Amino acid sequence: MRSARIIPLIIITLLLPALSVNGQCKAFAKKICLPELGSYTHDGNYHAAVLNEGEEAELFKTFYSDMEYRLSVAGEENLPPVEFTVYDADSNVLYSNKENGLAGTWDFRLESSQQLRFSIRVPTASQQGSTPAGGCVAIMFGFRIK
Amino acid sequence: MNKLFNKGIRLPVLLLITAALLAGCKQGGKRSKDEGAVSIPGGSAAIYDDIKQAERIFYTLPSPLESAMLIKSAGAVFNEGLLNPVENTRNYLTNRSRALNLGIYTCDLSFASLYDQTQLIIDYMNAAKAMADGLGILDAIADADLDRLEENIHDTETIMDIISQTYLNSSSYLEDNGQPAMAAIILAGGWIEGLYLSTQLVDMNNFRGNRLVGRIVDQKLSVDILLNLLNDNKGHPVIDELILQVAKIKKVFDKVTLTTSQVQPEYDQAADATVLKSETDADITPEVFRELSSVVTEIRNSFIK
Repeated sequence: MRSARIIPLIIITLLLPALSVNGQCKAFAKKICLPELGSYTHDGNYHAAVLNEGEEAELFKTFYSDMEYRLSVAGEENLPPVEFTVYDADSNVLYSNKENGLAGTWDFRLESSQQLRFSIRVPTASQQGSTPAGGCVAIMFGFRIK
Repeated sequence: MNKLFNKGIRLPVLLLITAALLAGCKQGGKRSKDEGAVSIPGGSAAIYDDIKQAERIFYTLPSPLESAMLIKSAGAVFNEGLLNPVENTRNYLTNRSRALNLGIYTCDLSFASLYDQTQLIIDYMNAAKAMADGLGILDAIADADLDRLEENIHDTETIMDIISQTYLNSSSYLEDNGQPAMAAIILAGGWIEGLYLSTQLVDMNNFRGNRLVGRIVDQKLSVDILLNLLNDNKGHPVIDELILQVAKIKKVFDKVTLTTSQVQPEYDQAADATVLKSETDADITPEVFRELSSVVTEIRNSFIK
């Protein structure tokens, strides 16, 4: 009888952190990453994940020659500034924010439509032996007609 | 310990552990290293050859809003007769049909919004809301969004902002609640609808040099992304069905030539933006175009039944 009461409590206790972290990423993406798109229209797609220091995410997307784009990448405050690198279909580096003061946004346009790959990395800032920091990282794209 | 695992509570405890493990897997969308190996059915896009051991991989398609913008920027005219009638909402009683048609109605809504079709904007927002509500996506499209839409019905930018927000709410809700397959089905529905509208709007008497045909050929670049997105959710019956259908579209796109010269990034100081300079050589024959249009129409019509 007692266990019947305890088990639902344990389930809630275990599931709640998972759901709240995910909800937190959505709120973070909307509050911090989205406004950085400025006058560009957000495409509506959602890309956010919890990453730890030293971890990375990759994103594939096609971009069109008729549009101008802005990329916005943001990591939570407890993380070091997020690095991102842009590659073409042949894995040539087209842009890296490491060479541009770790900027969180990048404006670009294309002369012909291309599929691009984005590598987003949380660098390691914590000292060796300490627990690496983890937090939400959000990636958003805005567009407008040329 | 033996007392804890008596017959009466063994099953609940097992369920609890399973649920906790599943929740842990979803959190942050972490991937195992082996999952990083992606295969494209029948394809060999070089861009996927160098996938690193990333913790998370996102395959992203042009959103319905982006697809509609591409159609309009190519100079296409609006045709209400191509949209999925809102009366069909009452036919969609399964999660499959609701998810596919949430993508389809969102694309139709975006299309109508860019051509200032005020009544259609309201009708299609309500149709999209009915699909989202049916899927149990809480507050994807709130009553406040509908009120704001009506208040700003002549303000295209605000309407686009509302559409973008509601689409974001739907996909983030599903991703965050352990339903990435459902989110992928919505994306697929929206992408197919964009391709359907585009192919139907091409004037075959003005085929050569047609900008809209150019935008349709560009979708060849997104077919592999869509297949990878679907493959990530393989095993879900609707996804497995979609993989077969999208493979038919890919088969036609494989007959289309699309080559690009090496991309040269250049910084445009005046615009404070990077210009990715390259040249593309694209070729699609009217016959292949008709085949593409026919395959896409067949698939899209199977979605809206």
